Amino acid sequence: MEHFINLMVRAIFLENLALAYFLGMCSYLACSKKMETAFGLGLAVVFVQTLTVPLNNVLMRSLLDEGALAWLGPAFADIDLRFLSFILFIAVIAAAVQIVEMTIDRFMPALYNSLGVFLPLIAVNCVILGGSLFMQERDYTVTESVVFGFGSGFGFALAIVALAAIREKLSYSDVPEGLKGLGITFIVVGLMSMAFMVFSGIQL
Amino acid sequence: MAEATRTRAERRNVNAPGYTVRFALVVCLACAAVVAVAAVLLEPRQAANARLYMEKNVLIAAGLAQPGDALSIADVDALFERYVEARLVDLQAGELVPENAVDARAFDQRAARNDPATSRLAPTNKAGIHRLPDRAVVYFIRRDDAVEQLVLAVEGLGMWGTMYGFVSLDPDANTVGGLTYYEHRETPGLGAEVASPVWQRVWQGRKIYDDQWQARITVIKGIAGDPEDDPLRVDGLTGATVTSNAVTNLMQFWLGPHGYGPFLDRFREGEAEI
Amino acid sequence: MSTVIGTGGPAPIAFGPKERAILTDPLVANNPITVQMLGVCSALAITTGVDNALVMSVGVILVAMVASLAVSLIRDRTPTAIRIIVQLAIIASLVTVFDQVLKATFYEISLELSVFVGLIITNCMVLGRAEGFAMQNPPYPAVLDALGNALGYALILIIVAASRELLGAGKLLGYQVLPLTTDGGWFEPNGLMLLPPSALFVIGLLIWAMRTWWPELVEKD
Repeated sequence: MEHFINLMVRAIFLENLALAYFLGMCSYLACSKKMETAFGLGLAVVFVQTLTVPLNNVLMRSLLDEGALAWLGPAFADIDLRFLSFILFIAVIAAAVQIVEMTIDRFMPALYNSLGVFLPLIAVNCVILGGSLFMQERDYTVTESVVFGFGSGFGFALAIVALAAIREKLSYSDVPEGLKGLGITFIVVGLMSMAFMVFSGIQL
Repeated sequence: MAEATRTRAERRNVNAPGYTVRFALVVCLACAAVVAVAAVLLEPRQAANARLYMEKNVLIAAGLAQPGDALSIADVDALFERYVEARLVDLQAGELVPENAVDARAFDQRAARNDPATSRLAPTNKAGIHRLPDRAVVYFIRRDDAVEQLVLAVEGLGMWGTMYGFVSLDPDANTVGGLTYYEHRETPGLGAEVASPVWQRVWQGRKIYDDQWQARITVIKGIAGDPEDDPLRVDGLTGATVTSNAVTNLMQFWLGPHGYGPFLDRFREGEAEI
Repeated sequence: MSTVIGTGGPAPIAFGPKERAILTDPLVANNPITVQMLGVCSALAITTGVDNALVMSVGVILVAMVASLAVSLIRDRTPTAIRIIVQLAIIASLVTVFDQVLKATFYEISLELSVFVGLIITNCMVLGRAEGFAMQNPPYPAVLDALGNALGYALILIIVAASRELLGAGKLLGYQVLPLTTDGGWFEPNGLMLLPPSALFVIGLLIWAMRTWWPELVEKD
């Protein structure tokens, strides 16, 4: 149990995919102008991440790993298909995003409308693929994948909502013309990530 | 008129379900074919590159080559012929496997680690190591028949992925002669500095073990003293705390009782018949 | 009357003003990183050294050009519902091939960049141009557009990498350009420049400079 709590805390704070590893920056910067969009995107990322990381884990173990295809027959026991992992993960992620999109459209149309185009954009969010790649590199089990998926998605959501809050307040400040909008946002994110570096010394 | 302005896509009715499925299938097969052809064609060269690079790092750790050197396979073979003897050691027992029993130089330690038949689950550790091979490679560096260095393979989980390296020990099996990290996925410019010769040189002369023969070498935050005064500590990597801690954890693991510890104890007693 | 470039009418000129615009717009006016906000992730992580930035740039240029070409060639046959997945599959395959070729030729460099080469797949810039331009335009303009955007991306990458390597270590391309105080010189390297947040600051300041120089780039509220 403690192991999973550690994993979750690490995924949310210490190894925050957006602020420590700088994944998902494009949608992070683009969707953080307003709180509602940021919140919606964060929620969607949590869904997709919690869904895809364990799913990719199961598929990876049963199809791609060396010896994984042994259930097809002894002749296939040596095959190592790890080089197909990029493609498999991306395909699963794109399919998962499509399914999540259809589910939200069916059951929560208000949320679907407010998210608009950002929902399909999650398919290309580096956070999602990065999550799966980390899972592969660190060789997680299925349960660990669920915890890591939820934790890393939640960490991203936390980061983007925080940035949106700051940006909304910032619109009342006297920012120089050239820095308004994107320029000051980059600088704010830089400061936020410096703040998160505080966590890097913690050993769990 | 209307007919002429319809795009080719509409005329083909691209969105019909049957067509969609067939199209998806064709794209999948085409992509998989391209990737598989590339992977299969290039695999021998990649494997050769990987082996060459690994053995080059054994030589660098031992001080027989410099990091910038361009060595061909022939050069590496010649150096190995002359100075290096690879032997397998049973990790738990700490005993050397007889040299005629198996070709130690061709031994693939990573494959052995992954294969359940030749490996076991590692005890809980801080280095992120899941499995341990039953046997590991040890390289004896000899000049004129005397053993000058012992080169040991080490690995552990860094920030972005597993780091693989070699540590070279003096005949006292305590003082570090050299260190290399030849494979890692750490952040370029930060954690990736584990591979920098400048940082690796800082390790020379440090000691692994304290008076009770516990592996206590540690990578600290900041700069450690000279090897004579501060033998158990090594300068940290700027801005790479996770990587630095990972190095400490993996060094302590591999040089401790679950790694090469039993073998090194025997070597020190003079019991490892070489 | 078709609004797509190059269809109908007399044979198109090989490199006329329209083609030049496609190629040069993304360098400043429509730069992927500083204007379109695409491809930012790698700009932050890779730019600790100019050599890394160069290899990454070459990779992105090659992948973007071939991907846009492929997407454009099959644009009329691609079903709308799966077009994003198809584009991703093509990009992923190309990146994998690039990774494999890198491992077979420049092995030691490939080790340094392996995680980030994989992330070219989700480089919003490559996919963004494939979806936003190559899907609606013939192959030749699509390739030019990919090249232009990739060059714009490379430009920012190299500027940021040069600033960070120079100010963070006094080096450029690995050569010590500014003598360090530890070697008896005068330059005290700024450790912050080696950390990822500095890339954000450099890009922020770069955007400020660009918008001051070219006021038409300022975001209208």
